[in-house]
Amino acid sequence: MSPQLVQHALLLSLALFAVGVVGVFLRRNIITIFMCVELMLNAVNLAFIAFSRAWGNLDGQVLVFFVLTVAAAEAAVGLAIIISIHRRKDTLDVDAFRVMKW
Amino acid sequence: MTLTLFHAILFYAFGGLALGGALVMVSQRNPTYSAFALIVTLVALSAEFGLLGSPFIAALQIVVYAGAIMVLFLFVLMLLSVKAEARVEGEGRVFKLVALALGALLAAEVGSALLAAKTPMAGGFDASARAVARLLFSPQYLYVFEATSILILASLVGAVALARREGGR
Repeated sequence: MSPQLVQHALLLSLALFAVGVVGVFLRRNIITIFMCVELMLNAVNLAFIAFSRAWGNLDGQVLVFFVLTVAAAEAAVGLAIIISIHRRKDTLDVDAFRVMKW
Repeated sequence: MTLTLFHAILFYAFGGLALGGALVMVSQRNPTYSAFALIVTLVALSAEFGLLGSPFIAALQIVVYAGAIMVLFLFVLMLLSVKAEARVEGEGRVFKLVALALGALLAAEVGSALLAAKTPMAGGFDASARAVARLLFSPQYLYVFEATSILILASLVGAVALARREGGR
């Protein structure tokens, strides 16, 4: 395995993160936006793993472990909030959610 | 030599699959299709983790992401009556262009930092479950690890409380 491969893994992580950001801007369905956030978390995980491989340091692996745990907790709470909003508004369109907007 | 070549071919094939899945996910209007495209991306990323020498994280990625989180997503999608995103007249081309431009700007910014990063190849890399667990349960990370279990418990209680129907029962 060559250093080139690690560099390309970093570029892939960058591309995935950018796709996730554009998705958050473009999509209006709240569940799709939520999935774009998960994609961005995964892109960062890939960068962690690539740097961990490059420097031979296991701290990156442990951080990915924590990111996975926090992502699971975040998905559970986030989806519960989405269900509860859907019950009130009967839609998943983010433009309809303006309860907290002044 | 041929093994290295095979390794590289697999690496780029799964990388392309991951990127393709992400692009399909973002371009779909129906969130159910987006969820399936995201599963493709997550599995391809798991293969990338394995190819970068991290079998433990690769297995965890499948179990936690593809196994738990995406099942939760699909469960919610089927629980709620999900329709494809309606086309809105006002959603102009200008907005899309601005979104793409902002994404490209961010990519250029982070890309310049990533390309400047040094990527040496450490020899004797061992990221097996045993090696990762040794670090994870060392005093450095042990308390953080215990804190995440409290976080999981809190999110469990929070999710049940939030998703419950109004007015008790």
